[in-house]
Amino acid sequence: MTVSETPIQPPQRPGGEGIMRLLLKQETVLAIILVIAVLVLSTQTDKFLTKDNILNQGRLLTEVALMAMPMTFIIITGGIDLSVGSIFGLTAIVLGYCFDPKNLGLPLEVAIVIAIAVGTLAGFINGLFIVRMGVPPLIMTLATLALFRGLAEGISQARSVRGYPEWFAQLGQKDFAGAPTQLWVAIIVIFITGIVLARTTFGRSLYAIGNNELGARFSGIAVDRVKLLIYTFSGFMAAIAGYIYVSRVGTTRSDMGTGLELDVIAAVVLGGTSIFGGSGTVLGTVIGLIMIQLLKDGLSLSGVKGDATIVIVGIVLILSIMVNNFIQRRTGASA
Amino acid sequence: MTVTPLPNTTPAPALAPNRMRSLRNLIISQEGILLLVIIVLMVSVGASKENFRAPKNLTDIFQSNAYLAVAAVGMSILIISGNIDISIGSLVGVLTILAGTMVTNGFPVWLCWLVPVLVGMLVGAVNGFFVAYLRIPAIVVTLGMLSILKGSLIIVLGGTTITGMPPDFFLAQQDWLGIPTPIWFMVIAAIIGTVWMRYSSTGRAIYAVGGNAEAARLSGINTRRITMTAFIINGLCVGVCSVMLATQFNSIQASVPVGLELKVITAAVVGGVSILGGTGLVVGSTLATILLSAIGSAMIFVGISAYWINAVRGTLILVTVLVDIYRRRRLNRR
Repeated sequence: MTVSETPIQPPQRPGGEGIMRLLLKQETVLAIILVIAVLVLSTQTDKFLTKDNILNQGRLLTEVALMAMPMTFIIITGGIDLSVGSIFGLTAIVLGYCFDPKNLGLPLEVAIVIAIAVGTLAGFINGLFIVRMGVPPLIMTLATLALFRGLAEGISQARSVRGYPEWFAQLGQKDFAGAPTQLWVAIIVIFITGIVLARTTFGRSLYAIGNNELGARFSGIAVDRVKLLIYTFSGFMAAIAGYIYVSRVGTTRSDMGTGLELDVIAAVVLGGTSIFGGSGTVLGTVIGLIMIQLLKDGLSLSGVKGDATIVIVGIVLILSIMVNNFIQRRTGASA
Repeated sequence: MTVTPLPNTTPAPALAPNRMRSLRNLIISQEGILLLVIIVLMVSVGASKENFRAPKNLTDIFQSNAYLAVAAVGMSILIISGNIDISIGSLVGVLTILAGTMVTNGFPVWLCWLVPVLVGMLVGAVNGFFVAYLRIPAIVVTLGMLSILKGSLIIVLGGTTITGMPPDFFLAQQDWLGIPTPIWFMVIAAIIGTVWMRYSSTGRAIYAVGGNAEAARLSGINTRRITMTAFIINGLCVGVCSVMLATQFNSIQASVPVGLELKVITAAVVGGVSILGGTGLVVGSTLATILLSAIGSAMIFVGISAYWINAVRGTLILVTVLVDIYRRRRLNRR
């Protein structure tokens, strides 16, 4: 990946024909970058464009994808949720704590339900303080990032829990209808959230809140209820993602999901959702997710050392925002 | 964000004619409350636990997190300007390794202390340039910078450890006038930061830009240059923080300190800097760092597992913010 591959097409005529406008949308720009990246990477190694590899990447992608959907909603309203990684970890720990015969020793089904309920409650608490007390989302979720992680550490006392029954691995390690089980979950969630955001009153109200919260309030949108709902949804999805992760790796540790919030936010922002709120799509986030995952995978297959691939993620993130800013300014689309 | 009950008012300078009133303002200010809590905590735990009030432990409380306090000064200034930097953990990782690599390759010790600070300022300038001139939000730029620095560190050094530094390299292990150097650095950074922000024209301009960038621009402030300045000062503080961390222990790990940026942002926020910009005092973040350090130490002496420290930290942020909101509501009503 070098800078020169980033396609920058200055428009000939601002606000021109439909096809021109389509070309200049952030999603399109991203999709073009994605295609180029895939082509370049596939020439580097023949392991990259294989069915097994692609499906396996889908398995790895699911957890971040699930959390990125509510994050897209939240960032569109002008908020942010930094606590998702900690809710993810807390869910994992609660699941392990409830199941562990040395602690509560509950049946695994009950443990799963309790863990997901705790994660959802965690998101609800975020929403409640943001809405009722007027705590800025960045601060509230910064506080709960520390708080929920601290609860996970305190409850687990740094002990890990293993020994889950065979059926538990179905969701995280097995396949269903030819693809990783959890990938189906991700696809369903993406599909539903995409429709909700683009085609429902609820979805439109998110944009309204992000563009002008006071205006949205005056035009009769139940801003508080909407916000409470999306932060709770975020907690719920983080809990599901935590559950899937435990199922995938077969153990629980209190440091699970540390720093995951940044991966989630990076995917959403890369997908063209403005960090200031008011714009963004689920499709963009999905492209952002796939791009990050494929870049990481393709580069590591090409022999770049493990985590080092995040350098590229950082560069692509800044570049794509720059390109987007540039295009928006040229077309005069930005206010 | 019009409905949030946190108005962007600069802290009213206590110029009330009534002395009692200004005293009361001091006590109910964020800094006053923090100081009070630190004293109450230390006295109450110290009264029952003899080892807690031992000079060695008290020095430890002030010394062990001093490097965070220095970084928190820069972070406070940056947040007051209306920006944020979440890449400082990665930057500290890179700069400590830089200092260690230089000194083991035979560079003079003073140069190994100076260069990381300069590189820190340079990275700050790059961040600032992207934010001020290319108008990319600070959180996005520094998120990208976080990935770039962290990845580079892994590419170049992948988890090695540097040892065998010469004895005079360990700046943070030295004493000046009987007081450990980290405490000197913490105190000096807090005083210079607070005074400079309050009384220099650039400092006042940073408050103005953070409070209302458009109004600041219209009143003739070069907002781009001010944003750049805030980022460069933050880089400077991160550089000093890195040198202190690198010279504290006998080995340097090529890794990113986990959660350092959050500890530093927590210190700034608990210290009374509004995340919306424009308000807060730098010295508050120093007090907040000391308080967090004191709580951590007290927990051990009282017999609470150290694994709860993050839960305490989170609760502390929440309580601070709620108290702040409550206080502002009362002030507004008056």
